[in-house]
Amino acid sequence: MLVPERGGAVVPVTVVLCVNGERHEFEIDPLERLADVLRDRIGLVGTKVGCGEGACGACAVLLDGRAVASCLLAVGSAAGHRIETIEGLSRDGLTPLQEAFIAADALQCGFCTPGQIVAATGLLRAEPAPTRAAVRQAMSGNICRCGCYPKIEQAILSCSGGDG
Amino acid sequence: MSTTRTRTPLVRGRVGELMPRRDAEPKVTGAFAYSSDLEAEGMLFAVTVRSPHPHARIAAIDTAAAVATAGVHAVLTHADVPGRKTVGMHRADQPVLVVDVVRYQGEPVVIVAADDLETARRAAVLVVVTYEVLEPVADPERGEVLRDVRIRHGDQSLGADVVVSGSYEVGMQDQAFLGPESGLAIPDGDGGVDLHVATQWLHLDQEQICAALDLPPAKVRVHLAGVGGAFGGREDVSMQIHACLLALRTGRPVKMVYTREESFFGHVHRHPAWMRYEHGATPEGDLVYVRAEILLDGGAYASSSPAVVSNAACFAAGPYRVQRATIDARVVMTNNPPCGAMRGFGAVQVAVAHEAQMDLLAAALGIDPVDLRVRNALKTGDRMITGQVIDGPAPVRELLEGLRAMPLPLERGSLRADLRELPGGVANTTHGEGVRRGVGYAIGFKNMGFAEGFDDYSTARVRVSLVNGEPLVEVHTAACEVGQGLVTVLEQIARTELGFEHVVVLPADTTVGSAGSSSASRQTWMTGGAVKAACEAVRERLHELAADRSVEETVEHHHRPTFPLDPETGQGDAQVALCFAAHRAVCDVDTDLGLVRVVEIATTQDVGRIMNPAQCEGQIQGGIAQGLGLALMEEIKTENGLVRNPNFTDYLIPTILDMPPVRLAISETPHPDAPYGLNGVGEPPTIASTPAIAAALRAATGRPVTRVPVRPDDLI
Repeated sequence: MLVPERGGAVVPVTVVLCVNGERHEFEIDPLERLADVLRDRIGLVGTKVGCGEGACGACAVLLDGRAVASCLLAVGSAAGHRIETIEGLSRDGLTPLQEAFIAADALQCGFCTPGQIVAATGLLRAEPAPTRAAVRQAMSGNICRCGCYPKIEQAILSCSGGDG
Repeated sequence: MSTTRTRTPLVRGRVGELMPRRDAEPKVTGAFAYSSDLEAEGMLFAVTVRSPHPHARIAAIDTAAAVATAGVHAVLTHADVPGRKTVGMHRADQPVLVVDVVRYQGEPVVIVAADDLETARRAAVLVVVTYEVLEPVADPERGEVLRDVRIRHGDQSLGADVVVSGSYEVGMQDQAFLGPESGLAIPDGDGGVDLHVATQWLHLDQEQICAALDLPPAKVRVHLAGVGGAFGGREDVSMQIHACLLALRTGRPVKMVYTREESFFGHVHRHPAWMRYEHGATPEGDLVYVRAEILLDGGAYASSSPAVVSNAACFAAGPYRVQRATIDARVVMTNNPPCGAMRGFGAVQVAVAHEAQMDLLAAALGIDPVDLRVRNALKTGDRMITGQVIDGPAPVRELLEGLRAMPLPLERGSLRADLRELPGGVANTTHGEGVRRGVGYAIGFKNMGFAEGFDDYSTARVRVSLVNGEPLVEVHTAACEVGQGLVTVLEQIARTELGFEHVVVLPADTTVGSAGSSSASRQTWMTGGAVKAACEAVRERLHELAADRSVEETVEHHHRPTFPLDPETGQGDAQVALCFAAHRAVCDVDTDLGLVRVVEIATTQDVGRIMNPAQCEGQIQGGIAQGLGLALMEEIKTENGLVRNPNFTDYLIPTILDMPPVRLAISETPHPDAPYGLNGVGEPPTIASTPAIAAALRAATGRPVTRVPVRPDDLI
């Protein structure tokens, strides 16, 4: 069927999230997708939902510094972890990585871009000077349908060794 | 505290200069508002009930339980459509909501609006539709012909000494734009509505909404929201009318966002194609004739199929001089998913065939494949197979020779290569013993703009005023920024023409005249031309500019007229202009596993004039990525009318690991009819990239490779 169905009564539980350094408390179905909670309840719509099944990477957020697909994460299991969204990364102005994306023109429609920036930020924090092969491997979960891959690669590599 | 102002001696950001795209900063920070990100006070959420059957008669629709659900505000069927019950780009044959017969799987039957998404979804499940299931027409050979295009060019009795023939197939590709169909409709309290939506053509949406709602244009204002990619898939309406219907019925703003699965059912796809070709040539390698039978499956509704099949016919022979052409192209209607516009628009499918044929012919003649293409290359002054004399640039020979001169990537090193360098990457289970490298060339062309007599135009309003003594230029059009970089180029044009630094491109909406569609590689030419002309008109009146007096001009830009194709012979000056690109693919194939690694794509493309260097490169690289997808992985699989893979797990899109380095040489042969001499850029990269990869795979394996996407079985 094309209309998703979820049966059964929902018993809300209290979930406390730490998003971009701020505490949010919800009475919520713990199985709600983190992506929906970020977008619809907190209003952080910079996190995009492209496929809803972890195949495109548009919904990437950092969970304790690691990029994860927030469309696959139940909000209950994100409780107690440090969540960073694209809005959090952008709070103090453009990061060198964001500047590099602009300079390299590593975007077109831009729908995947927040996820690309989040994933690349996770990579550069874990590995400040990745090789080209490591960049390609790390970014392989983030689809860019406009096909900006050469420029995305170039933008990230230009930050390799920096503090992106 | 004092402020200082530095004046740059030269205004930067003119045509041709490096300039970051204007919307880049909000896009990298997540602040850019896409159509799925919008909200309004008191808004409802809407969902669609879709048919699970590709062909069925609806016996009854029972909405009582859904209506009775707490939190549900409206449950609408075809009976609630106040105006015309059907929509369509070329003919209004597609129901807004199914009236009696379902013609494809996923067709919208009922729409539901509720306080929240979960309530709407639960209510949708309670809608009971009683279907009498009918046998679908799934075989295009049995489909009803929607349009056939015959081309009879030259002496039809001409034969040739050297003849090659082949049959080719192209699978159904999806645009798979990442931002799903979505929008927000806000009733104005006075019987009208404002729709904020991701689209390619605001005024065509408006026209179709007005017809269905039985409202005048002044009551339906369409505003462009952020567009998460388009590629042709947003030319037809999807949720536009549904959201407006619900908003007017409930008096509340209504938001509608498709899921990815719905998106596969929510827009048209690239036509799958079956093509039989025969080429004849002299022993020296001069093309004598091309015969082709082309069958496109248009699916359930017309969409833009009549124009797609025309393109497939007109460009069927490729960019070559041919004495005789005999082309029979038809598009049929079935109960398969509706097909319509996708980047390349008919030229993509036939390029797979005509370029494979050129390679076959080269082999039969013992001539180098590039030499054969150069020998027969179309040039300015030649006639196309439609009889139209090419009076604009046609640098086919130059592109091919430029491409051939580009250096090849290094040969593969030792057999114990890094696994990631092997076809299949870490999934490869051999040590690369069976890896063979192949190189393939292809070239393709298509038209800029619409064809066959369509009076195409765009409108621009340009206003200059003084703000604190400084000139401010405002550019207003209805042209859709879909990621191609249009807003940036329009800003560059206004700055170039008026010489003022401060240029603002206003949000696109229907309060200014139509800009036509962001498709057919036409928008920079057409709306760029309109903005240029409006700036010129403003410039003539700049002496009137004063602190309390602005200067404003609205100008329509039309391209030169085109003419219909003769229905018997397919002859006619149907095209505005032509754009060309050539590709060379270098591929490694693991011949034990049938896995492919594209090592490099090299390309030469003539763009007339580079308006924005980085954006121009981006269009070319991106088009190649989509061409690579069609060559190797992207296909909507159907089985008796049912889509088997409506998700990104089973519909594969190239990732960064699939994307090879692109070696790029852009040339600029000014087009005499175009503003700044520019030409269409967006589509040519998707045309020949696919057949170039197929050619490389043939070279590597010796297998025929007559179908894309290529499957491992085809290579072993």
